[in-house]
Amino acid sequence: MTFDAELFDYLQRLGDTDVVLAQRLGEWVGHGPVIEEDIALTNVGLDLLGQGRMWLSYAGEVEARFRDQGRSEDQLAFLREGGDYRNLLLAEMPNGDFAATMARQFYFDQFHLLLLRALTRSADPRVAEIAAKGAKEVSYHAERSMDWVIRLGDGTEESHRRMQRALTELWSYTGEMFAADAVELALADAGIGADPRALRDPWLVSVAAVIDEATLALPTGEWMQGNNGRGGKQGIHTEHLGHLLAEMQHLQRAHPGAQW
Amino acid sequence: MVTIGVAPADSRGAQPPLGPPSLEHVWAALAGVPDPEIPVVSIVELGIVRGVAWDGDRLTVKVTPTYSGCPATEMINTLIREALVAVGIADVAVVNQLSPAWSTDWIAPEARVRLKSYGIAPPHVVIGRVDVTGISPLRRARVVVRCPRCESLNTQLLSQFGSTACKAQYRCGDCLEPFDYFKPH
Repeated sequence: MTFDAELFDYLQRLGDTDVVLAQRLGEWVGHGPVIEEDIALTNVGLDLLGQGRMWLSYAGEVEARFRDQGRSEDQLAFLREGGDYRNLLLAEMPNGDFAATMARQFYFDQFHLLLLRALTRSADPRVAEIAAKGAKEVSYHAERSMDWVIRLGDGTEESHRRMQRALTELWSYTGEMFAADAVELALADAGIGADPRALRDPWLVSVAAVIDEATLALPTGEWMQGNNGRGGKQGIHTEHLGHLLAEMQHLQRAHPGAQW
Repeated sequence: MVTIGVAPADSRGAQPPLGPPSLEHVWAALAGVPDPEIPVVSIVELGIVRGVAWDGDRLTVKVTPTYSGCPATEMINTLIREALVAVGIADVAVVNQLSPAWSTDWIAPEARVRLKSYGIAPPHVVIGRVDVTGISPLRRARVVVRCPRCESLNTQLLSQFGSTACKAQYRCGDCLEPFDYFKPH
């Protein structure tokens, strides 16, 4: 792979994770437990969609450097097959109950914040400015999901049980976030990407402290999904992504090129 | 290409010139464009217009988004074009500028007063950003928000997100009214 092809791959990982998680959060519209949370879930989704658009727009520009033509953000989002998506597996996990949605968000937000803060120091100015913009938004996402883990964990017997179940069930999808493959190592060597392995310790400090405060137990499982170079970042997905894309891409597939 | 980075303090009411309008008139026209979500504040006061410049007969307006996914962005671009067409500028290029990222510190002081009288607690000024990497989120400080109605500091966060991404929802423990807080960004 040329360096531009690696950068294209890397930018899709960043953008696809945002877009897929935004789509998941969008599924909550009109279904939130209370109006404030309905609004908050979709606001977080909107932020992620905005960030995902910026990553995918840039990805398309980079693609044009090594292929005849680069694709637009819309072509990338709506016309790629699941196997071409590069999002983290965690992002495509179904919403489940409110605890599962917030546990997924909590694990991701704590990682996302560290990742974007690292990328603000990227040698690629475009990467750095998108990350700087996103980091401000994600700091609020992280505060909110942390609050919910504590509130549900240290809440009723039922909310405690559900949050613990969600944290435990999603735990095996967290390892992939910190596994580096050849693409990520090449980008990190060039000073453009972040080495994900360096993010694990600070992530664990934050996650463990919050889980402790929430009177919950930090999951202990060591086996992780997709951290062997065959996960979402390499285009190997769970069955959930196909269903998500079927809904998200339906309109553009049925009416190619349709516009507002 | 001449670029002006900040709006003149008050250029309203000046005589329209012949030929292409001056940059002062451009800024005055833009100062009349309200934010679609919070109409008591103009887009200039909000700090999202980052520069205007003539490039031949074409006027370039640099705009930075408040939030990445802000749905008002396209509407703001349309309102900018309409306001400029109204003062005789037809050829307008609205350019999206991402860096430096928008900050609530750029909101004009007079707009903060107006936000408060509109019932929105204005954002705190961000003095500096501390790198909190590796520090437990539980040990990070949070701001105390003053109720815009009764000045009480006995307020409680209801949700990090309000009717728009830029606002959080609070409740006052004294006057018991709910209110929006413009989050520092």
